[in-house]
Amino acid sequence: MIERALVVGAGIAGIQAALDIANSGYEVILVEREPSIGGHMAQLSETFPTLDCSQCILTPRTVETGKHENIRLYTYSEIDSIQQDENGDFTVRIRRKPAYVDWDICTGCGVCQEKCPFKVESLFERGVGTRKVIYTLSPQAVPNKPVIDAENCRYLQSKWDIEAGRVPAVDAKGNPAKPKCGACEKFCPTGAIQWDQTDTFFEEKVGAVILATGYDLFPQSRLPEYGGGKIPDVIDGLAFERLLAASGPTAGKILRPSDGKPPLEVVFVQCSGSRDPERGVPYCSKICCMYTAKQAILYKHRLPQGQAYVFYIDVRAGGKGYEEFVNRAMEEDGVIYLRGKVSKLFREGDKVIVKGVDTLSNRTVEIAADLVVLATAVIPRATNPQVAALFGVPCDENGFYCAANEELDPVLSIAPRVFMAGTALGPKDIPETVAQASGAAAKVLSLFQKQRHAQSQAQGVLEAVGD
Amino acid sequence: MAIPYFPGCTLSTKASGYDRSGRAVAQALGLEFQELPDWQCCGATFPLSTDNAMTLIAPTRLLRQAQEAGGQMTTLCAICFHVLRRTQNFLQEHTDVLERINWFTEEPYLGQVRVTHFLELLRDQLTWETLRANVSQPLKGLRVAPYYGCLLLRPPAEIQLDDPDDPHILHECLEALGCEVITFPYQSECCGSYLAVSKPTVPQQLAQDILASAQHHGAQALVTACPLCQYNLDYPQQSVRGWAIKPLPVLYFTQLMAVALGLPEQVWGMEGHSVDPRPLFEPYRATVA
Repeated sequence: MIERALVVGAGIAGIQAALDIANSGYEVILVEREPSIGGHMAQLSETFPTLDCSQCILTPRTVETGKHENIRLYTYSEIDSIQQDENGDFTVRIRRKPAYVDWDICTGCGVCQEKCPFKVESLFERGVGTRKVIYTLSPQAVPNKPVIDAENCRYLQSKWDIEAGRVPAVDAKGNPAKPKCGACEKFCPTGAIQWDQTDTFFEEKVGAVILATGYDLFPQSRLPEYGGGKIPDVIDGLAFERLLAASGPTAGKILRPSDGKPPLEVVFVQCSGSRDPERGVPYCSKICCMYTAKQAILYKHRLPQGQAYVFYIDVRAGGKGYEEFVNRAMEEDGVIYLRGKVSKLFREGDKVIVKGVDTLSNRTVEIAADLVVLATAVIPRATNPQVAALFGVPCDENGFYCAANEELDPVLSIAPRVFMAGTALGPKDIPETVAQASGAAAKVLSLFQKQRHAQSQAQGVLEAVGD
Repeated sequence: MAIPYFPGCTLSTKASGYDRSGRAVAQALGLEFQELPDWQCCGATFPLSTDNAMTLIAPTRLLRQAQEAGGQMTTLCAICFHVLRRTQNFLQEHTDVLERINWFTEEPYLGQVRVTHFLELLRDQLTWETLRANVSQPLKGLRVAPYYGCLLLRPPAEIQLDDPDDPHILHECLEALGCEVITFPYQSECCGSYLAVSKPTVPQQLAQDILASAQHHGAQALVTACPLCQYNLDYPQQSVRGWAIKPLPVLYFTQLMAVALGLPEQVWGMEGHSVDPRPLFEPYRATVA
């Protein structure tokens, strides 16, 4: 067995698993689809229930991962194919997407991002912020190397238009047509921009795999009663995290997307899509009660004159210090909790009208809110079925990976030497994710260790026979 | 084309204007409504108890009348449509219940009738283009807000007429007539329904919200396909003391069609309204040659 592990996904689960294995002296191949590592945790402002700065507790681990001698990092990359030989070892083909930047030459100075004249909506900022067309996910990105978003890049698009003959090959003056812009290339001090990059493929051999591919949020477009994503001041929990984050688009000021004003009435809607077998997902997303309480507390800390309301079905705060945390939101920070569902959201003037019910007073409630935050359900990545098929792991009816035994072998898959961790298996919070990641790493390490032990014993026998 | 037509109780009494305008526009468009013989009440609500076949006898009998009349039927009343279509769906799935009802009525219903709402007929069989081509008095500049209510659209899996969160069918009809169509957030809210009988203050409050929102969005009239919605939104405007909303006519879509198709005022059926809509149509009156 090759004593090297593949970890797919470099969110907090993948990072933790990779570090645990690497720190035990074994090599790790860590593959991440995004340009840099950290996953969703890098998007969060603070974590519950301690209100630690998420970026601050994550960065030491991303940095350690980035420079660890035993970790080979493939970011902006995906698993292309995988083959298992008769010994059970895997040959993995990794496809790195073209960044159009030579990362070996790039120093990460950031001049290109300053000079790039085009801004587009940022997926990392969940639609409440923008980024340049050449970008890193955040200033703390590991690796701190930019990529060019080809779809929105003027240079690449005009270059390809010329090459494909979609525009005349010569301009009005008879000069050959040239691609437009190219600002990043002009200003790059090391000449790292590489317009001709294509997919590059790498092959790695590993003896074990950990899948830590993470989660997504239920799309607002599937909640038509809540505006279907068309009301600018109705955002999801991750978008509100970006508004709260000091490194976010508003530098931590809570300003609503439509007009940039501080919202004085904010309504949080829990179970947006969760626990809704008819129209959403049947399961509880587990983290929303806690992060909503956290967001309401942080909102009250930043805007004490504002009012926060939380609509909930019931508060599920199982965890160390969790119940106390929710009570703190209600009692110390004056967040108004209303037990009931919101039936409808719509825009009237510059307000978002929230129509709901308070089942404790048995009355309908109408709130004219400035901002509505939907705690949308945790759902599996859309790519889960493909990744699962690639590695021979089954998915459950909701699309999360299935463990070999959900109770006693929660990180083991039915595929030999394939382990799993984190939210790819189902909704869970950061501590639980990290615990699972360490668990999966321990499973891999025990495989490797068992082989070494057997080898050293065999060596002992041979030596004894030799004597 | 002759189409078996079930008017229902309300259209024979309080909403006779809906019936009159509906029959007239159907005729003008070459669709001959043939009233079902010997009809009775549809039951007025779709029963939610599933173990009692008794409550389904009335709508089943109507389906049988339609079976005899050629296998399809159309309605104007959104509630009749709702009850009949859901009964039809239910009986197709629960043949045992159908069998029990047939034993009782001794008039076997075979379970194959197609129930349509007149709007659906216009959209799917006549098409909006044909309707537009027949408009002689386009209602240009008339700002109307379609009001769908609940029963025409819900539950969507069974009714399958339109998306209840983003409905279009009335919009498209009114656009074909030349109106300026206004979308407002209360377009598929409940009007309070039968609470008008037991707790009239509830629909009155809902009506004020609905009308105020439509007015706020610039509507000169509300347009509906349901006689109960029409009643709940129109009647209190005249009868309730302390009503805080400016008068807003509430019309049936067939009434606007009658005007736009240039039909005579006798078939508009607008006399019985609490808020008289007729002044709105002065500019669109067909000139008698």
